[in-house]
Amino acid sequence: MVVKTAASVLEKFSTRRENLIPMLQKVQEVEGFISPESIKLISDKLRISENEIYGVSTFYAQFRFTPPGEHSIYVCMGTACHVKGGQQILNMLEYELGIKEGQTTEDGRFDLNRVACLGCCALAPVIKIDDKIYSQMSVLKLMDVLEKYTQSVEVTDE
Amino acid sequence: MSKTALNKRRKTAEIKWKSLEENKKPILFFGAATCGNAAGAQETIKAAKKTLKEIGVDADIIEVGCIGPCYLEPLMDIKPPGKPRICFSNVNEEKAEKIIKRFFLKDEIPKLGLVGHFGDNGDYGDDIPRFYDHPMIKPQVRIVLRNCGIIDPSEIDHYLARDGYVALESVLSKPWEETLDLIKQSGLRGRGGAGFPTWKKWKFCRDVESDQKYMICNADEGDPGAFMNRSLIEGDPHAVLEGLVIAAYTIGASKAYIYIRAEYPLAISRLEKAISQMEELGLIGENILGSGFNLEIKIKEGAGAFVCGEETALIASIEGNRGMPRTRPPFPAVAGLWGKPTIINNVETLGTIANIIRRGADWYTDFGTEACKGTKTFSLVGRVRRTGLIEVPMGTTLRKIIFDIGGGLFKPFKAVQTGGPSGGCLSEEFLDMPVDYENLAKVGSIMGSGGIIVLDKDTCVVDLAKYFLKFTQQESCGKCVPCRVGTRHLVNILEKITKGEGELSDLEKLEKLGESIKRSALCGLGQTAPNPVLSTLKYFRDEYLAHIIDKRCPAAVCRDLVVFRIIPEKCTGCQACVKVCPTGAITGPRSEPHNLDESKCIKCRACYEVCRFDAIAGDAIEIVSGEDKS
Repeated sequence: MVVKTAASVLEKFSTRRENLIPMLQKVQEVEGFISPESIKLISDKLRISENEIYGVSTFYAQFRFTPPGEHSIYVCMGTACHVKGGQQILNMLEYELGIKEGQTTEDGRFDLNRVACLGCCALAPVIKIDDKIYSQMSVLKLMDVLEKYTQSVEVTDE
Repeated sequence: MSKTALNKRRKTAEIKWKSLEENKKPILFFGAATCGNAAGAQETIKAAKKTLKEIGVDADIIEVGCIGPCYLEPLMDIKPPGKPRICFSNVNEEKAEKIIKRFFLKDEIPKLGLVGHFGDNGDYGDDIPRFYDHPMIKPQVRIVLRNCGIIDPSEIDHYLARDGYVALESVLSKPWEETLDLIKQSGLRGRGGAGFPTWKKWKFCRDVESDQKYMICNADEGDPGAFMNRSLIEGDPHAVLEGLVIAAYTIGASKAYIYIRAEYPLAISRLEKAISQMEELGLIGENILGSGFNLEIKIKEGAGAFVCGEETALIASIEGNRGMPRTRPPFPAVAGLWGKPTIINNVETLGTIANIIRRGADWYTDFGTEACKGTKTFSLVGRVRRTGLIEVPMGTTLRKIIFDIGGGLFKPFKAVQTGGPSGGCLSEEFLDMPVDYENLAKVGSIMGSGGIIVLDKDTCVVDLAKYFLKFTQQESCGKCVPCRVGTRHLVNILEKITKGEGELSDLEKLEKLGESIKRSALCGLGQTAPNPVLSTLKYFRDEYLAHIIDKRCPAAVCRDLVVFRIIPEKCTGCQACVKVCPTGAITGPRSEPHNLDESKCIKCRACYEVCRFDAIAGDAIEIVSGEDKS
């Protein structure tokens, strides 16, 4: 398998300014985060200063600037989720993982994020781990789900 | 593709659809929109396939969008040969196996999870109800959502067979003025929240001379608690795209964008597929249906900024800039994307257009109120029994929506929140108010894009106001001082109150500051940001007073004002809570009432939940606030 790099995925874009955000999205998709090196690449290509690219990319919640963990956890903070205890779920995750939202655990297994709304409000509260959405969460259900992920890692390690 | 070629294709599509209706072998339909998948639809599909194979039944599987009652998901419909679909609810893997086996092996219609059939009265005898008679579905009028959950959204033929692109064909064969006039007569107003007459907006743009105009579909459904646009795109993408092409033709735009949240990957892939199908049939591109009209459509993924729902911020974001609004005028209809005349319409507005054109303005104006015509989709969520996506005529009362369609609440009603972070909280006295743009605005809320969040006595409105203000404060673009600094101060004061450190003078400060932010902020986000605080202060002032004077949270939500307690008389000593407590705050030997050490308790609720659902005798742990402590 050919590993896609930021440089290779940027090739298909033209040098128009409107490509800035799609380029950042593509880079994050293949590399997991936006590194200073990829900002430099985009800057050279679009002839926009790195400074300005940081300005744009930090404005949007989607972009992260540190490598993600093995599993990315997103806690939905939509209104329906809030009303049904989403904050409790986030508190519990912060406690169990020992990190705050926006951080990655020391062993690199999990990163924890809040997301404005995943659009599954009728099944609130929800969280997303990697691409899978878990609905109608409770603190107890969360403990079960987390266990699944920590265990599966241990199993593959053996 | 020419008109004749399209009509030929429609004929084939109709035959295809008919063969689906008069199916020779059984078909199983699954609601597999994002919400269905979140409820486990994909696992159910796998289990169903396995069971069918096991019992040797040859059946087709079709994944459809969301039909609305999300609380019943995952939904599975079985369509026996030549008969109407029968819908089953909450079908997990195990239930799928049971239902399928009983259905095909015992030749019976199992009552397990049965919702109803899609046919006419008596199609299956009197025992089996009709799906459309279900109390959540019956009061609804489905115009925009007519195909959602019915057709396979990845099949353009299903859309064509159900009069898809008939409206486009008719529009392209006439001068644009006729379409504009028809939309004017229909009274359609923008469904994004502001309710501006759609025809007027289009006319502004049409009247400007320019070598290039742009049409944008705003699918940046940023309101937390709202998912109508996601569901519509996932369930019937061509309905939105048809509206988009019609709008572009009417305003004279040859380029169109769909600005959609990156958080909606399934909706994006549905759009991508639908657009490529349109390209194949020549419904976009050059000389569409021989009319001489050209249009190109591009998808732009939003990168997670609530403010980009605002028109000028959305435009800045497409251009590759920070999504910051600018002062208006000039309005985008005159100077928008790259300075060119641009129209931005919401997904639902565009999803309505083809229906109006096909069925006429008179038909459409039969629905709704004097000032607001037609229907509106809402996401009905929160602490209501039946949650989901609904569509009702404008002017339907909140009571009908919450109690008839939503089936009421499990606990006593406290308030209803509409319009997302820009909206307000309404108390019981407004339940009989007909919902439309004007009525909601009059009482301090807004229609917004259509989120309805129902709150019961266990919701703290002060906490909810703080939640919304934190949201707008985080999403504030930072350009204007009233919003950037003002919302931060509102949050600080609310934090203080929810910690039990508030003073009476804080309420006055909240009101004064809120009013001045409303008057002075640059864009809609800032101007409406104080609404959640101002409306709760107006209708639920006693709750603020309880937090300030009694240092008590009446709903027992605010963390700093509650304690967890074990009721010794109820505790059987089953140790369920001891096992789940992450900090070891609960101790005690088996069969004796346990102790909870408040100093170790992090108020995570694990013990509370386990005591209610898994313990030997539940309800022994309570959350209390203030005076109740004693």
